[in-house]
Amino acid sequence: MSLASHYSYWVTIFLMIAGLFIVIARGNLVKKLVGLGIFQTSVYLLYIAPGKLIGGTAPIIASGFRAYSNPLPHVLILTAIVVGVATLALGLAIVVRIREAYGTIEEVEILEQDRREEA
Amino acid sequence: MRRDIVLRVIAKILIPFMLLFALYVQFHGDFGPGGGFQAGVIIAASIVFYAIIFGLPATRQLVPEWIVESMVASGVLIYAGVGLVGILLGGNYLDYFVLDHDPVHGEHRGIFWVEVGVAVTVSGVMLKIFYMFAGRRRDEDNG
Amino acid sequence: MIDVLLTMMAVVVFAMINQRNLFAVVVLGGIYSFLMATVLVALDAVDVAMTEASVGAGLSTVLLLGALYLTKGEEVTEVRRPLIALAVSIAVGAALVYGSLGLPAFSDPQAPIHTHVVPRYLNDSPKETGVPNVVTSVLASYRGFDTLGETTVVFTSGAGVIALLRRRRRSREESEK
Repeated sequence: MSLASHYSYWVTIFLMIAGLFIVIARGNLVKKLVGLGIFQTSVYLLYIAPGKLIGGTAPIIASGFRAYSNPLPHVLILTAIVVGVATLALGLAIVVRIREAYGTIEEVEILEQDRREEA
Repeated sequence: MRRDIVLRVIAKILIPFMLLFALYVQFHGDFGPGGGFQAGVIIAASIVFYAIIFGLPATRQLVPEWIVESMVASGVLIYAGVGLVGILLGGNYLDYFVLDHDPVHGEHRGIFWVEVGVAVTVSGVMLKIFYMFAGRRRDEDNG
Repeated sequence: MIDVLLTMMAVVVFAMINQRNLFAVVVLGGIYSFLMATVLVALDAVDVAMTEASVGAGLSTVLLLGALYLTKGEEVTEVRRPLIALAVSIAVGAALVYGSLGLPAFSDPQAPIHTHVVPRYLNDSPKETGVPNVVTSVLASYRGFDTLGETTVVFTSGAGVIALLRRRRRSREESEK
């Protein structure tokens, strides 16, 4: 265990907690979705970085190459990226509807309006 | 941006090549990097590019809404249909090796059609989402 | 090389946390996605890199800008400092770093990820499917059910967006009648 052998894990963890921090601390709904996106991309790294073999090549079989990086995480993350943008669009659509209903996308103001309505 | 002649000319030159590249990514995906997901997104991106330069009404004429909507559903149906063909030819659901006399050719054929289905759905959904977001404001202003 | 790019990504993310202008955040997000795509190329994940470059830097930036245009959002500065969020994040991060100490080193050929299932894909895929790109053959053939599910998820979220954003337009058409 050393800095060189685990650096990619630690950057992944930093990206993950940065996304988590944005989701918890920031009240703007679009910013929250961006934070969720950062969290999600950190998971891409978490899957793909361990599959890399130094000296290996991309997993496209051809003569002249013997070592290939691991194709399985590539498959899983490839589909995850496209599903990710589709769910991001769904989230943004909900944000647009919230803005039309409340006139704001700040969490604090939305909660404030709800509280006033209940009172 | 509709009056900027540089952007218009460059877009007209670039968009055919983007679509060609998407087709290359789609059909060469067995031998190099690429496949249905990437090709679908690139097709959608090139049409979004057209919409940004030439405006949404022109794009709606070029790629009408009903085509996009039917693409959204038909891609999944193509994919599921390949699975059903596998059952009809005597295999299990999504067995490709029954699709041809030679099992390896059958696999190749199955992968081809599955990737087509993926590309159709992905490009349809991405375009539809873009249309919904881009068309929103105008509807609101009118209404 | 990879380490430098990863550090740049961390710096961009730090800027995104502090930036209050949402337009700038979205543009920084595009830069972040391109850096991510470059890292993925360096990690030999060419298929994933192509997807990330077109989706992350292309389409999701366009969608976020479209949503910003519709919501006209600029972020307000909070009154209270986000101490709880910071504490939770640091606690989670510390736990994850502790867990990462037990993981195999970067590019260790004996790591479990390289010894199960995958050798079979790499050895037999060209013979069984005639497709040299193993990512394609695993995606469409070996894990075809998985991909069918993912395609259905994309379809469903498209249907969800249509359901959420369509209603107002129909009511306008009705009012025109």
